[in-house]
Amino acid sequence: MANMTCYHCGDDCGRHKVHFDDKDFCCNGCKTVYEIFTSNGLSTFYEIEAAAGTTPKEVRKKYDFLDNEEIAEKLLEFNEDGVQVVSLSIPSIHCSSCIWVLENLNRLHGAIASSQVDFPKKTIRVTYKTKDFSLKSLVLLLGSIGYEPYISLEAYNKKKNRVDRSLIYKLGVAGFAFGNVMLLSFPEYFEVEEFWLDQYKLVFRWLMFAFSVPVVFYASQDYFISAYKGLRSKLLNIDVPIALGVLTLFLRSTVDIIFDLGSGFFDSLTGLVFFLLLGKFFQQKTYAYLSFERDYKSYFPIAVTRLGENDKEENIQIYKIKVGDRILIRNQEIIPVDCILIKGDAEIDYSFVTGESQAVFRKSGDKLFAGGRQLSGVMEVEVLRSVSQSYLTQLWSNSVFSKDKVSQFQTLTDSIGKRFTLAVLSIALVATTFWLFYMPSMALNVFTAVLIIACPCAIALAAPFTLGNMLRIFGRHKFYLKNTNVIERLSKIDTAIFDKTGTLTTAQKETILYEGVELTADEKALLKTTLRASNHPLSRSLYGILKSNEIMTLDEFNEHTGKGIEGRVNDRSIKVGSAAYVGKEQSPSMTSTAVYVSSDEDIKGRFVFKNTYRDGVSKIFGELENKFQLGVLSGDNDGEKEQLQNLLPSNANILFNQKPEDKLEYIKQLQKENNVLMVGDGLNDAGALAQSDVGVAISENINVFSPACDGILDASNLTRLPTFLELSKNSIKIIKLCFIFSLCYNIVGLYFAVTGQLEPVIAAILMPLSSISIVVFATLCTNFIGRKLKIFES
Amino acid sequence: MSVIYVLLAISITVALAFFAAFVFSVRSGQYDDTYTPSVRMLFEDEIVDDADKTNQDNNLIKQKKSTNQ
Repeated sequence: MANMTCYHCGDDCGRHKVHFDDKDFCCNGCKTVYEIFTSNGLSTFYEIEAAAGTTPKEVRKKYDFLDNEEIAEKLLEFNEDGVQVVSLSIPSIHCSSCIWVLENLNRLHGAIASSQVDFPKKTIRVTYKTKDFSLKSLVLLLGSIGYEPYISLEAYNKKKNRVDRSLIYKLGVAGFAFGNVMLLSFPEYFEVEEFWLDQYKLVFRWLMFAFSVPVVFYASQDYFISAYKGLRSKLLNIDVPIALGVLTLFLRSTVDIIFDLGSGFFDSLTGLVFFLLLGKFFQQKTYAYLSFERDYKSYFPIAVTRLGENDKEENIQIYKIKVGDRILIRNQEIIPVDCILIKGDAEIDYSFVTGESQAVFRKSGDKLFAGGRQLSGVMEVEVLRSVSQSYLTQLWSNSVFSKDKVSQFQTLTDSIGKRFTLAVLSIALVATTFWLFYMPSMALNVFTAVLIIACPCAIALAAPFTLGNMLRIFGRHKFYLKNTNVIERLSKIDTAIFDKTGTLTTAQKETILYEGVELTADEKALLKTTLRASNHPLSRSLYGILKSNEIMTLDEFNEHTGKGIEGRVNDRSIKVGSAAYVGKEQSPSMTSTAVYVSSDEDIKGRFVFKNTYRDGVSKIFGELENKFQLGVLSGDNDGEKEQLQNLLPSNANILFNQKPEDKLEYIKQLQKENNVLMVGDGLNDAGALAQSDVGVAISENINVFSPACDGILDASNLTRLPTFLELSKNSIKIIKLCFIFSLCYNIVGLYFAVTGQLEPVIAAILMPLSSISIVVFATLCTNFIGRKLKIFES
Repeated sequence: MSVIYVLLAISITVALAFFAAFVFSVRSGQYDDTYTPSVRMLFEDEIVDDADKTNQDNNLIKQKKSTNQ
């Protein structure tokens, strides 16, 4: 019985087991979902995948703002004639059971016409009739079965963005033309002097020309645009020789067929563009359900409850909050603006803003900052600043957030491209000059042949395939990168800076130490019984570690929110809570969170909560210290300085009490001489993550909030960070090897070109051969070095 | 030999028809989500129908209970 798992969600049933219908559930929430599913004929949910459910959270009142039509209208995709369509993001979608039950939503409510899940994006699109149903009822229905939608300010602001499918179209056009041109040019490869071939070759050639026109002017337009942009800013990027090659191929081939000089190079032309686009497509791996651009908007609620005259509650959009308004913040809600506490107890978790992991208590009259999360009960506040003027949101007006890291970084391909272009142009000029004197009629032929054969298709493919494949390998090991450019930047890193709270430490488990007079068995039992009745997070973690098994019945129990709890059995009483609550003076030197215990008004001692470092943190530093300069920036106080110093090498910088701006400035200073990797987790690191060369966000659960960054690393794989860095460096080595390979091909091709013997058939063989062999080589190599991650696993 | 014109015309028409089908499929969003349909096609109509009908009233009550918890 000890390890019973919940039939619905698969969690350990623990101490509050619920038994229903011969099945065990971990809580009433799970049981309710089971009831809803079975009574609606949806029990197949449990057959598709066992224990696939999610525990529903309490959502009462939280979505009242959806009654406000103006807000609801912004979220709806379609709203006419009593039918509404809405797309909602549901982070808890994770398996085929989820897809099944969400697509059968119409079984749960007749008003729902249809629902469709997009699994990679983790969204659901629901069409429903508005007759006795509404967006709010839909959200509550989804919440009640454990699929609470994630509605943030971001969804409210989002423009109806069209999906960019142009690359697929271009790839389609190029592939279509490539196949047909190959077919049409095939007869001429053999150069048989056959009567009918001679007679019809003009038709074949002009058809090939017709197929090539859209390839040059539509499919490859990005290369022309990029080359033009590069030239205008005086940069010779890799697209310059490509654009030059495509243009030369097209013009030379057209001239060839007009003057009947040969069959032209249309096959090579279309093939080249097709392969190049294929590389681009492969590189474009995106994690649709992850967002790397998040700012405070995806973290803030859409609406808040404003108290009007006579304490009338109304829901308003948060941009409409005005200075002086009184608003209501409920348990677990985010404070959207800087404000003053008027009524109620405030226990604010600022961990997203400051990185400080422990909640702080505030009395009425105190100032509260936007971004904190209220942890205990309802409070009433008066607004001091509007949303855009608040302390946290102002961080986003810093220019680093509008900086584009990709365009500032010169990739390896581009730096090679520059030298390559110069080399090709000089070879072409030298060869042409030679032929001008030797045999002037061949000069133009040689000039164009050099430009055609030197078109760096293989070079341009090396990076997309190597990095694209590495990106996928990283993704399989839970390291999700924004784009392939990040891998190149990672390979250049020489300094690694870590945030402490949430990055090196974990919120999942805490170390609790007891200091003071030993408690008697009776006291322990009473303490445990008292804690059992409390829902405070500290009480729950403390309850978990106390060994006493005896559970008594309390005669009296009081919870003083924000202060502590009190339990009484017979004439014995116990108090647990803050220092002031049990009657002890808080020692000013105290830097970590502590809970004090007094028995019968006699202070016994205190439980000290300490952050636990993630497993393997010292190993990471051990592996990194030889190759990288290390540092830790913490928003916390310096209570754990010594512990950190033991973990880190002696030359590492450890800084405490760092505000978000301080972190950003520190990274900026370092960047004068170094390439900096920043590893962080919360909004407080957002500035530093954006400023650094590569910002990686650590996340316990990749579906929930993480700040804007270049990569998201699942916390369970933090220990592999050194391996990821090493693999990035190795990827660059692979690209360099590919370059050497493709240069060999180019030299062979150039021999034919310079000596004036370049036949279309040679180009048609050499180009695809070089491209395909580079692609195969890059893929095999990355898979080979990627195995290093798998060995780790076993 | 002028039959080659006919053949070319036919082959290009067929090719263009497939190309048009491709463009249509991209435009209608079939390439936007390439994963979910692969799962969806494996579902059968597993729903127990009568359970739904007999519990119609029950459902509404449950609904209220669950949404207002």
